[in-house]
Amino acid sequence: MSGIRVLVGCKRVIDYAVKIRVKPDKSGVVTDGVKHSMNPFDEIAVEEAVRLKEKKIVSEIVAVSCGPTQCQEVLRTAMAMGADRAIHVEVDPATYDHLQPLHVAKILSKVAQEEKVDLVLTGKQAIDDDANQTGQMIAALLDWPQATFASKVEKTNGELKVLREIDGGLETIKVRLPAVLTTDLRLNQPRYATLPNIMKAKKKPLVKKTPADYGVDVTPRQKVLKVEDPPVRQAGAKLASVEELVAKLRDAGLIPT
Amino acid sequence: MATKIIRILPRSIGRRSPTIVRHLSTGSAVFQEKEAQPFSSDGHDIVYGPYHLQMQDSLKKIIDKDINPYVDEWEAQRKFPAHRVFKVLGDSGFLGITKPKAYGGLELDYSYSAAMAEALGHINCGGIPMAVGVQTDMATPALAKFGSDYLKREFLAPSISGDLVACIGVSETGAGSDVANIQTKASRKGDDLIINGGKMWITNGTQADWMCCLVNTSEGKPHVNKSLVCLPMNLPGITVAKNIKKIGMWCSDTAQIFFEDVYVPRSHIIGEEGQGFLYQMLQFQEERLFATATCLAPLEKMIAETINYTRERKVFNQPLLNSQIVHFTLAELAAEVELLRSTLYRTIALYVKGQDVTRLASICKLKAGRLVREVSDKCLQFWGGMGYTEDVIVSRLYRDLRLVSIGGGADEVMLSIICKFMNTLPNQRRQ
Repeated sequence: MSGIRVLVGCKRVIDYAVKIRVKPDKSGVVTDGVKHSMNPFDEIAVEEAVRLKEKKIVSEIVAVSCGPTQCQEVLRTAMAMGADRAIHVEVDPATYDHLQPLHVAKILSKVAQEEKVDLVLTGKQAIDDDANQTGQMIAALLDWPQATFASKVEKTNGELKVLREIDGGLETIKVRLPAVLTTDLRLNQPRYATLPNIMKAKKKPLVKKTPADYGVDVTPRQKVLKVEDPPVRQAGAKLASVEELVAKLRDAGLIPT
Repeated sequence: MATKIIRILPRSIGRRSPTIVRHLSTGSAVFQEKEAQPFSSDGHDIVYGPYHLQMQDSLKKIIDKDINPYVDEWEAQRKFPAHRVFKVLGDSGFLGITKPKAYGGLELDYSYSAAMAEALGHINCGGIPMAVGVQTDMATPALAKFGSDYLKREFLAPSISGDLVACIGVSETGAGSDVANIQTKASRKGDDLIINGGKMWITNGTQADWMCCLVNTSEGKPHVNKSLVCLPMNLPGITVAKNIKKIGMWCSDTAQIFFEDVYVPRSHIIGEEGQGFLYQMLQFQEERLFATATCLAPLEKMIAETINYTRERKVFNQPLLNSQIVHFTLAELAAEVELLRSTLYRTIALYVKGQDVTRLASICKLKAGRLVREVSDKCLQFWGGMGYTEDVIVSRLYRDLRLVSIGGGADEVMLSIICKFMNTLPNQRRQ
């Protein structure tokens, strides 16, 4: 039995530990000189692909990232974790500022077709824009079934059995391949890229492409008007008695007088 | 003593250089033009390419998950679980960076070791980076370069994988920086050595499985009568006398060890008998660079933490940081750290090229020792009473890093070496 082929989307985002600062002109957040790393949900997706490969369910893992040159950084991490090769779809920084989930979904679905993969794996969302759209859009564009927010994945004859976290419980669904799967936080614990694997990944192929190679127009259809800091939380006050609390609530019109 | 070191170094480094050049050309050259920028805005990319940084990232993740959450506990216990921590590092390949592939290493050039040492600085104490340094840069380099296949399989390979913990036995009660003066003796009986004497200040000493032990194997001139011996620590006659109490480096155990008729096969001598002193001097070079590299992150951490603290701390209705003496001092210290970093990177670059860096490595170590004292003292002062408590990282680093000026060749030894190069050291006769 030949194993299934997987495409994993790896977005480069500002590192989770970095304190985000808004640019003075409110056009976005400061990214220059800021540490970036792979979107943690995508890391979970890479890990899942690698585990499926270790179980001999998957035969090849292709990592893909859309964005500026530095995206190769996260692709190298993906290859050090176990992806077999990588595709970097280069988008210049100015265009990348306005790249939207639909653009990425179009590119990834073309890549999926061209690479003849059976499964697209991505994080359920990226920790920068929290859009939670790309995976779903890929499924729609390809007209493939989707299993989002996966917290457990099993292979049964030609199908994937996926446990999903939903409001109020867990849902088990089956999807037929080819399919799109997005990963939730509790699916797995991604491994460290070990030093020997970092060095081995040097030899793995990384191909450079552009959106034009896939015939995708990346002209923005939405415009970001303003990016602002969330409002600073107001300091609270300590009250001495219940009466005082009731009075305060009444003053605020939160309970009837 | 130092002239000897200088004469030996270039030869052995020259032997290593072909590998180094090859790694450099595959490593950084390909990526440097375009990729250097995004990784850092402050010049880390001069000796580090993308793979160095990726490696540091991976190591920092391990530190954040498997080491830092436990450091306080280990400090309180006065010991960290070396086998557990080394296994984690060994599994990820961090204990054999420059070591031969045949024994589980990666055969990378020294810049990768330096990058690792620098990343180890993110551990919230001085003790663990030091313990790791003993394993990778003090107890094993001579074994890797000169040891027999048998010794490398027995001691090097399991030290690279993290299954064995190593210690280095050089210092004695009467000989530390003065290495030539050690008294521990090995006499010969058939195919065995019989070791008598003792070692002092042995980092990892209570936990180690084996010691890279410097002993006198014959009478005669102090530079040609010593040998390095791989000594399993479970042999009869070895007594780990005590875990020495120190003002800092609490989670790193430091032992005094006695040898009484310890039998060890002669085949456990590393390389040639009588060459131990020279091998040991070689090991010292990388140790100095390692020590300097591990200081950078703590230096920056102390300055950053002090900025945070003094910004919050109000004195006379003003953040303390607004006092000119505070923000100017911190700026000056930050400038000094950059100078140290620059010197270290230049030294590493030259070392990787195959040049003799004895003088520069000694300068790095000297200035690192001086600077950690200055920075920790000045920062601690700005923390006031809080700085005098055990609860803050500045006070821990103040205690821990005081050792940099003492261990691995004291400041005064570094000064002597620099003086040798300046031709200003008066002739000394050994009594």
